[in-house]
Amino acid sequence: MKYYLLIPFLPLAAFMINILLGKEVLRDKAHWPSILAVVGSWLVTITSVLPQVMAGKIINEDLYTWIVSGTFNVSVGFLIDPLTAVMLVVVTTCASLIHIYAVGYMHGDTGYYRFFAYMSLFTFCMLMLVMGNNFLQLYFGWEGVGLCSYFLIGYYFDKKSAADAGKKAFIVNRFGDFGFGIGVFMIFLTFGTLHYTPVFGNVAGIAGQTVNFLGWNVDLPTLIALLLFCGAVGKSAQVPLHVWLPDAMEGPTPVSALIHAATMVTAGVFLVARCSPIFNLSEVAMNTVAIIGAITMFFAATIAITQNDIKRIIAYSTCSHLGYMFLACGVGAYGAGIFHLYTHAFFKALLFLAAGSVIHAVHTNDIREMGGLKKYLPITYAVFVIAGLSAGGFPGLSGFFSKDEIIWSAYASHSSVGKFVWVLAVAGAFFTPLYTFRLIFLTFHGKHRGAHHGEQGGHHGEHHIHESPKVMTIPLMLLAVGAVAAGWVGIPPILGGGAHFTEFLAPSVGHPEFHGTHAEELGVMALSTGIALFGLGLAAFLYLRKTDLPEKIAKTFSAVYNVLYNKYFIDELYNFTIVRPTVWIAKNVLVAVTDAKIIEGIVNGVPGAIGRFSGKLRRVQTGLAQHYGIMMAAGAVFIIALVLLLR
Amino acid sequence: MVPLSWYMVLGAVVFAIGVFGFLSRKNIIIVFMSIELMLNAVNINLISMSHYIQDLRGQILAFFVIAVAAAEAAIGLAIVIALFRNKATAHVDEVKEMQG
Repeated sequence: MKYYLLIPFLPLAAFMINILLGKEVLRDKAHWPSILAVVGSWLVTITSVLPQVMAGKIINEDLYTWIVSGTFNVSVGFLIDPLTAVMLVVVTTCASLIHIYAVGYMHGDTGYYRFFAYMSLFTFCMLMLVMGNNFLQLYFGWEGVGLCSYFLIGYYFDKKSAADAGKKAFIVNRFGDFGFGIGVFMIFLTFGTLHYTPVFGNVAGIAGQTVNFLGWNVDLPTLIALLLFCGAVGKSAQVPLHVWLPDAMEGPTPVSALIHAATMVTAGVFLVARCSPIFNLSEVAMNTVAIIGAITMFFAATIAITQNDIKRIIAYSTCSHLGYMFLACGVGAYGAGIFHLYTHAFFKALLFLAAGSVIHAVHTNDIREMGGLKKYLPITYAVFVIAGLSAGGFPGLSGFFSKDEIIWSAYASHSSVGKFVWVLAVAGAFFTPLYTFRLIFLTFHGKHRGAHHGEQGGHHGEHHIHESPKVMTIPLMLLAVGAVAAGWVGIPPILGGGAHFTEFLAPSVGHPEFHGTHAEELGVMALSTGIALFGLGLAAFLYLRKTDLPEKIAKTFSAVYNVLYNKYFIDELYNFTIVRPTVWIAKNVLVAVTDAKIIEGIVNGVPGAIGRFSGKLRRVQTGLAQHYGIMMAAGAVFIIALVLLLR
Repeated sequence: MVPLSWYMVLGAVVFAIGVFGFLSRKNIIIVFMSIELMLNAVNINLISMSHYIQDLRGQILAFFVIAVAAAEAAIGLAIVIALFRNKATAHVDEVKEMQG
């Protein structure tokens, strides 16, 4: 009995049940199948799969022949190695807690069953993505999660901004997935198979080979790695395809927590780590990954400082942390990247769910209308601070260990690119606590600034704000435990730990050899910690003590502020260079010429010609019996003549 | 002894007269009679051939043709009467409702 099959297929069963019976039968009990399924997956992961993998057993089985066509042969198969095991733990743990939280958050919503059906489908696709043992199954899961992301961003599809955000996410991902698809083709062309084991086993043979691609001779491993990275850039919202993630916040908050923080967006990092044998062959590709990651990390962090939408700030924070993960992969420290993926899933899901709890209480996303919520939402406040400290890299918490390992890896890689990304990573360590605590101080401290405060006899006033129900706060508290303690499995040796996490991952992604003295390591750690504390202190100074100062700074440096506030005008740039020309071509060429003239010309022209021809032909049908008789006689004579003459 | 070919020629001539009548006459009654002529031309052929090859099945078939012709005449005349009642005409060229 293959127990691990339960992990992806329980959520699929829940999806089937909900989509078929949810609307009419289950209604407000639609959460039961989904929650039972995902908790079941979690139990199987924790009790059966994880101990096996920790004992050193790697499962790699083909279960079903999916496609056979000539030499092209793909199976549905499962690979469970340490990397997959980590992803399984992350996905099932976060998904379980977020599903439970959603019971409270989505309570009474008209599309309740639809929400849980898509959440289950998403969980299934995500698990197939991480468990597949070949690139096609990875691609299946990859597109499946993209589709579910589209469904769930556009969950409130009667709201135009939500429907547009869903489309944007889907279309922007097309750009990345186009490259990813070609990358998969290139892998098949090169290796003749899509299964991981033979591909990664023979990968050394392609080192140094070149291939003609669009007229250029390019290095084969570089080409494949960069094409695969295209997909990762789209899915994981890295520059220049990051624009969809902030807009994706139109979806319900549990969706943001599960899909756009903890799991789906980290699929790109998973892809890079999974394909590490290919990436390791190409220095160009590795440097690209590191630099794109570092730029995204810095760029998103700076935007986050000026935003006012509680969820968008956290979304930019997610972009930024994903940048850290790619940065780590790019300097060869895949273990550190995956470690950050793992800790990030906990504290970022917690940040989102806590933000959801705030939104649930005050019914707005705008932090300018919040403030002073500390006394109304004590639990939310407490977990928000824990998540913020963890995200900001406060010593002793999860985020600290993983972020420190990344920064140390970047420093210790001793390459010029490594130094460059190290500088940005340290700068990012300053911005992360700054924007996180700006958010916390503006939301929870000071006076309440809600628009409806005190007006109309106060019956919409402050005292109606109350803490979320237990079904929401208990998952928050459990995630807070994760945000504090999840990183303890990877405490570096220098702080008395065993770096168990990266050791555990070594069979999957290797273990980089970094050289540095203990003094250097402690120095780097102290520097980034000091900078993080300085960021926190600055946030406290600006948003607690001198609360009028931020506005003055924004006025003084209005040019910089405007660029950041408008997100570097990237959306406007894309609108101008891509969206508008595309729409223009669609309207003036495709609709006006191709569709109206060519397609409709053919569609209407062919029946028109037939109509005119048959209009002539129908004259033969006179209705006079004797004309028919003449034709019959003439026909009979003709046939008889033919028979006689041709005999 | 009259040779077979004479019968065949007689049948062919009667059939040709029938075809000509069917195609050329306006009056629907004459058209009917022409059809009867063609059927009987066939009967002549059937019987003469039957006698020639000494097989009675041809004559049996001729009886069938006579029976069918009678039925056809009965139905046809009924149609003619119905037509005349509705359109007050017995001319085939004035009936072209089935025109395409």
